[in-house]
Amino acid sequence: MTPEELKRLVSQGEAERPEPKHRICVCVAAACLSSNSDQVKQALENELAARGIAPECEVKGVGCMGLCSAGPLVAVEPDGVTYQHVTSTDAAEIVEHLGQQPIERLTCPTETPFFTKQYKIVLENSGIIDPEKIEDYIARDGYTALARVLEDMSPQEVIDEITRSGLRGRGGAGYPTGLKWSTVAKAGGTRKFVICNADEGDPGAFMDRSVLESDPHRVLEGMAIAAYAVGASQGYLYVRAEYPLAVKRLRTAIRQAERLGLLGNNICGTTFSFHVDIRLGAGAFVCGEETALIASIEGKRGQPRPRPPYPAEYGLWGYPTLINNVETFANVAPIIRNGGDWYASIGTEKSKGTKVFALAGAVKNTGLIEVPMGITLREIIFDIGGGIPGGRKFKAVQTGGPSGGCIPEQYMDMPVDYESLAVVGSIMGSGGMIVMDETSCMVDVAKFFMDFCMTESCGKCVPCRVGTAQMYGILQRITSGEATMSELALLEELCDMVKYTSLCGLGQTAPNPVLSTLQYFRDEYIAHIVEKRCPAGVCQMPVREGH
Amino acid sequence: MSTKRIATVWLDGCSGCHMSFLDMDERLIELFQQADLVYSPLVDLKEFPPDVDITLVEGAVSSEEDLHKILMVRERTRTLVAFGDCAVTGNVPSMRNPFGANAVLQRAYLENVTLYPQVPREVIPALCERVRPVHEVVKVDVFIPGCPPSAETIYLALSELLAGRMPDMAKLTRFGA
Amino acid sequence: MNQPVRVKTLKIDDRDVSGREDETILEVARQNGIFIPTLCHLDGLTSIGACRLCLVEVKGVSRLLPACVTRVEEGMEVYTQSERLQKYRRMTLELLFSERNHICSVCVVNGHCELQSLAQTLGMTHVGVPYRFPRLPVDASHERFVVDHNRCILCTRCVRVCDEIEGAHTWDVMGRGIDSRVITDLSEPWGDSETCTSCGKCVNVCPTGALFEKGKPVADRLKKRQFLPYLTMMREERR
Repeated sequence: MTPEELKRLVSQGEAERPEPKHRICVCVAAACLSSNSDQVKQALENELAARGIAPECEVKGVGCMGLCSAGPLVAVEPDGVTYQHVTSTDAAEIVEHLGQQPIERLTCPTETPFFTKQYKIVLENSGIIDPEKIEDYIARDGYTALARVLEDMSPQEVIDEITRSGLRGRGGAGYPTGLKWSTVAKAGGTRKFVICNADEGDPGAFMDRSVLESDPHRVLEGMAIAAYAVGASQGYLYVRAEYPLAVKRLRTAIRQAERLGLLGNNICGTTFSFHVDIRLGAGAFVCGEETALIASIEGKRGQPRPRPPYPAEYGLWGYPTLINNVETFANVAPIIRNGGDWYASIGTEKSKGTKVFALAGAVKNTGLIEVPMGITLREIIFDIGGGIPGGRKFKAVQTGGPSGGCIPEQYMDMPVDYESLAVVGSIMGSGGMIVMDETSCMVDVAKFFMDFCMTESCGKCVPCRVGTAQMYGILQRITSGEATMSELALLEELCDMVKYTSLCGLGQTAPNPVLSTLQYFRDEYIAHIVEKRCPAGVCQMPVREGH
Repeated sequence: MSTKRIATVWLDGCSGCHMSFLDMDERLIELFQQADLVYSPLVDLKEFPPDVDITLVEGAVSSEEDLHKILMVRERTRTLVAFGDCAVTGNVPSMRNPFGANAVLQRAYLENVTLYPQVPREVIPALCERVRPVHEVVKVDVFIPGCPPSAETIYLALSELLAGRMPDMAKLTRFGA
Repeated sequence: MNQPVRVKTLKIDDRDVSGREDETILEVARQNGIFIPTLCHLDGLTSIGACRLCLVEVKGVSRLLPACVTRVEEGMEVYTQSERLQKYRRMTLELLFSERNHICSVCVVNGHCELQSLAQTLGMTHVGVPYRFPRLPVDASHERFVVDHNRCILCTRCVRVCDEIEGAHTWDVMGRGIDSRVITDLSEPWGDSETCTSCGKCVNVCPTGALFEKGKPVADRLKKRQFLPYLTMMREERR
């Protein structure tokens, strides 16, 4: 099927509509929705209707534009204006100014590094297309990669292209995607599964949610291509139930794709069939671990099991299973469209392509960004992020969520890639990035993440179940000024033990926030213990006599 | 060889460990050829003396008095021995910990009393909120588990300590033995 | 005709040993009289690698591997007794003792408890982490058996024997992390369970005093487990 045929497929039965004179794009992803962008959209529609200019001007709901801290965001085309912090009372003014001088009061500057320093592959459609319309996706070359794969490529050629791209798993560990695909492809048997891991659970991370809410078809297309490459005919999207909007849009997307024959039986008229079903997670962080996720889909308690055997060999119901993260699948179609070499030309030697980060915390521009691998932390935080608000001093950036670590000022000029982050005691993780300034207490931060790991431990293995609780107890005593130096030594022993003896990644990485803060901010721990003082003034310390 | 100064103290425990100590019988005489018993609930001395070589501590730390005593004992002792399960693990006294001190006082002095029910505020030392094994309060050098450790175990442990060696207790005894 | 059995030769603690390719490091070690401690593992039940006591070092592998689920491989060099492993094992036991209320002196299985005896075998004379002292219930609603959560170490032997051998699946685990707890049916009193067959297998496989039979003196509480490998063997033969 050619791209033209694809586009014809969409417009079947629909009379060609002229391109509207003005298009007002309102972000309807979760962040803007939570500041009432749905009301803004309604108000704009009402305004157009009231003025009777609805046919030549159109209001459209689009996915995330990235700068969530400035939401609700509204973009006007072809004027090329973006408005920020829009409320429904601004509707009349916006419509009045269509094609005129932009409203200065609301204008969101788009020539800033936040927009210019980004490189969008995964997010290329986010904020541009209507996530609930397959036509919009196809209009921007959606499903052409799938069509091409089915038309011209053998499964091995698809895997070769992915391998050539250098794409690595975006869920955190960075396993080479091409290698994973070829392992599943080689596994025996006729029944295989493809699973998309959308159980994003790191505190402060919302990359996957945003992709699913803004461009769901991209993920489906990536899954279908993967299924063709490895020889699977059934896929599951494991989404956390806390993402109702993503689930709704995925359901819509699956239905639309099935109707057009882009999912289901005999896709694009070929012998290839691929069905996708959604499975909802019940809010357990550990179900992001692949063997726990599989157990959960099987209807069992979501607990990991020892690997090997790996899911590629023994996965869902015992069959070979490919599990990739949302962002990994979202990279697949562009790689097929533009070639693996194109993708490999972006990024660093060992980390190719781009990475989506959820920028949060003490930074001016919070939101969703996509940057080429190898960019420095300083560029991300100070150029794209706009630096620390309120003139305060930067202290550390936390990457990788509860499995990651805190990186101090001295490594700000380090390139962001899998290896460099690991060297300084953190990990790439799924893309959460929390910036902290001098008002953050690093012991308190470590305690926060330990609390998270303790609560989210599944309870199967002893070190993680009891070790995290013990480590949390010690951190609690440190932050309340009750601990002794021997307890600090015990904390370090526990970190070592839990890290090397836990069954799955959750426990093995749970000590990382403590270890990295101990490495770079040991003096803060000592101040809490010896001087009974919290340098950042966060922790409640016992009042000392004579003060 | 100089004579070693040995003491034993009794915190929150049933005195079973001290009974087992006495069960060493005639071996007591042998041991105390090389040592003096300078303080013990078994002998009539009121003050815990300074400069003690080895102190056996029976019992968990349960009350303000236990706390006061163990801090003082630790200061005046070279080798502190957690003597028996109550000292090593908290054992039976610690069974009140899941309920808290107040629940215990209520039960003992109010609910189960028919005549003049009242919680004593004087004379009896105040209970700590939590019963703790000795090593959670002060540094402990040797652990002798057992409820109680057998006379044989105590004899072997003390012989080793008197000879200036650290006994390998896991070979001799266990929790609940 | 049967598939030819492949045999792998390897070294455990510098001793040359051999095992069938489908055997684990633990099985081969035990056949050769090499001691590797275990708690969640039990012959006859599926191994789950949860207690982490059987972790061993394998030359060339950066991670520690659970011997109970790791298959032997040709040329493997396994070390079971390094100082690091012994330290981790003692800490694992300390964590277990600190987790709930294990008061050996007044426990119904004092002297017949795997946790207690492992502590002695591995040289653990005290618990270096603070005791947690949680408040946990005892369910004595069953006519013959009692579950005392104070003594449970969440090895899930009861869950597995009930599911895999008895086929009743009365037992399961609820809650997460440190709040996990074994339950009967949907967390109903054991005595009200409609699935429990009162076979007592769970009681016999329990390594501690968490599951015990009512009305027996402590000395008679030895647990009988030899039936398990026999049952599994006979089932496999019939298959």
